Amino acid sequence: MKHRNVGIIGVGQTVHSSHREDVNQPELIHEAVTAALADAGMTMADVDCVVHGNMELFEMIHQPDMWHVIGDGAYGKPGIRVTTGGTTGATLVCAADALVASGLHDIVLAIGFEKLQEGHTTGGITNMADPLWGREIQTGALTGMTADAMIEEFGEERAKKAAMKHRVIMDKHAMKNPYAHRRFGFTDEMIPAMIANTPPLVGDLTIVHMCSQSDGACAMIFAAEHVVKKLGKKAAWIQDHVTVHREETFNLFGNHTEVSTMRYAATKLFGRNGITDPRKQIGVFEMYDPSSWWGLDWTREFLLLSGDEHLKMVENGDIGIDGSFPINPSGGVVASNPIGATAMVRVAEAALQIRGLAGERQVKRDFDLALASGFGGTLWTVLVLLAKNPPVSEEAQS
Amino acid sequence: MTKRAAICAVAQTSYERDKWYIRHQGMVWEVVEQLLKSTGLDYAEDTGIGQIVTVSDDLFDGRTISDAAVTDAVGAHFRAEEKVSQDGAMAVYYALSLILSGHTDLVLIVGHCKESQPGSRRLVTHLAFDPFFTRPVGLDYVGAAGLQAQAYHAKTGLKAEQLADVVVRARKNAAKNPQIKDLPAVTAADVLASPMLADPIRELMMYPVTDAAVGMIVASEERAKKLTDKPVWITGVGCCYDSFFLGDRDLTSNFALKNAAKRAYAMAGGDGADVYELSDMYAYQMPLWAEGLGLCGAGEGAKWLAAGGPDKKNVNLAGGTLAGAPMILGGLTRVIEAALQLRGEAGARQVRGAKRAVAHGSTGPAGQHHTVVALANEGGR
Repeated sequence: MKHRNVGIIGVGQTVHSSHREDVNQPELIHEAVTAALADAGMTMADVDCVVHGNMELFEMIHQPDMWHVIGDGAYGKPGIRVTTGGTTGATLVCAADALVASGLHDIVLAIGFEKLQEGHTTGGITNMADPLWGREIQTGALTGMTADAMIEEFGEERAKKAAMKHRVIMDKHAMKNPYAHRRFGFTDEMIPAMIANTPPLVGDLTIVHMCSQSDGACAMIFAAEHVVKKLGKKAAWIQDHVTVHREETFNLFGNHTEVSTMRYAATKLFGRNGITDPRKQIGVFEMYDPSSWWGLDWTREFLLLSGDEHLKMVENGDIGIDGSFPINPSGGVVASNPIGATAMVRVAEAALQIRGLAGERQVKRDFDLALASGFGGTLWTVLVLLAKNPPVSEEAQS
Repeated sequence: MTKRAAICAVAQTSYERDKWYIRHQGMVWEVVEQLLKSTGLDYAEDTGIGQIVTVSDDLFDGRTISDAAVTDAVGAHFRAEEKVSQDGAMAVYYALSLILSGHTDLVLIVGHCKESQPGSRRLVTHLAFDPFFTRPVGLDYVGAAGLQAQAYHAKTGLKAEQLADVVVRARKNAAKNPQIKDLPAVTAADVLASPMLADPIRELMMYPVTDAAVGMIVASEERAKKLTDKPVWITGVGCCYDSFFLGDRDLTSNFALKNAAKRAYAMAGGDGADVYELSDMYAYQMPLWAEGLGLCGAGEGAKWLAAGGPDKKNVNLAGGTLAGAPMILGGLTRVIEAALQLRGEAGARQVRGAKRAVAHGSTGPAGQHHTVVALANEGGR
């Protein structure tokens, strides 16, 4: 059982963009930190600990938290740097949760950032593979395999239409999000032309399906239950989270089909939180969707669906902001992807939804639970469940 | 605090200049295998190892997501793994928070680094400096340490000869640690004649290039009692950042270390220990950090050395990081050595009856971030 409850009471993010040439890294982070502190109604003097993370090789800064102290306010404070690739942002949330729930710190500031303009993202990902075993064939998140599999399972026309409709829904959401990087103004009528005309990246993964490379930062303030109560702030409570990694070569245990890390994580998380019907019990899902194909495929995995239920959800518009199970009212990762911040933005957006502060992208219905996922590494998953009401804790029971 | 966590087992590979014969994964597995054997733990879904904290560095490993390279070796396939990209002592800090939070009751910590692999350690740490103001000057961690050492010599009257003795002592002590390989004894004259790296730091006054992997099992009180009869309790942790630009700092004030120590001692219910393990990557850091940890007064490090302080206070009896530990694992190797002392397993360097220990780690240029971990065995809790 959780020792102490942890509430998210501050969220700040920068405008995500392909080129934030007007700011350097500490300045970019400073924007997000300032916004998060303003949301929480506090100053750095109130913060007890700073958690920092990104993908260090992408900008080629060694131990970047050292330099970033001049922008993140960590001077004189305890601080920790935790990274896990693309999942980093969600891992920072888990770390902040542990630091507060443990009683070690009462108020923790977590910062995820990336300035991809200053590096070579795919170059960075490519050297992830083992130099002796297949670095030359590593393509990072650029893979057409899911598109292939879905076309095989559901037929070319239906699969391609569903993936593109998914993309269009995400863009419609992004149009409501002033922080989103890519806001195209796609409409349903454009789907046939988009399928026919967008240039391929790998197989049937086209450039429009794929997430962007963005510059951006996200900061969040986590506080112990007694602090939240004292401040009288509306919080999104961290109900639970699950992290699931997998080995990197995808063939260490032979070729047998395994359950995906997404389904495994969801089964575990839902099982221990009494969630039997996720689409009814959870109000909104902020999913780390690196491409529309993955966003579509993983909807089935995360929601423990079978058959073509996930395709129907897209075809019927269920995943739209006004649908029965909104996914990514923020526009998701295909709209904005500052990698070290990306998974944190998912949790931050889910927290804004719980707190009713998501502005034009606020889901209008009332709900008690929100879900957020992170993706990274070799199909690693972090799944975070947020709640409107504080869960049971040892502290509350004693 | 009602809940507690303990180090239940520790493991380390040998420390060598160039482990050309083994890869990262091999070093890591050597450590994991030792830990599984000594604790009887496995990876069973609900009762085995489910939470892993790794320590490594993308730039030293020359690849992105350096922890992904060891996912299989640490057993993180369909388990949780999180990488602390900082001095390894922070992995202990983080593991403690994971256990006290109630999220898990068992954490495997594994760190790895092969400093022999990048062409130059100084090239890696050069990249820690901001590209606008400090990197064009050519700064790296050795250069930053040189500036700090200059300031410290000027402030305390510390002599190069005293630091030569620190190096001689470190190597003598290292000879009592069977895990440290290829580290010949040196004389003070050797140290003073070794090439100048960053005035006043000479080559032998800096820790040698080192390859190693290390690890430990940290568990809740309930689990710890089942895993070992010699638990080492983590009684206090503290850490702190200093400012980034060297000109913004008083390089000899120990601002961050004093704060880190204050926090750890407050949590542990007092300072004072039977054994101290400092991350002295450069010889001058032994007296400087000793001041920061309260082993002697501010500005009295040189006097403390002259009075035989390191031996009186049982500081770095295994040679410290000056005897060779990969930089990013420095603090973690100190926690492991302190744990060995408190388990009575420190061999020829054992302090009889040691009950409490303090271990220290540092990250960044000229000690920008410090971590202090206070430990105690059953006798010292």
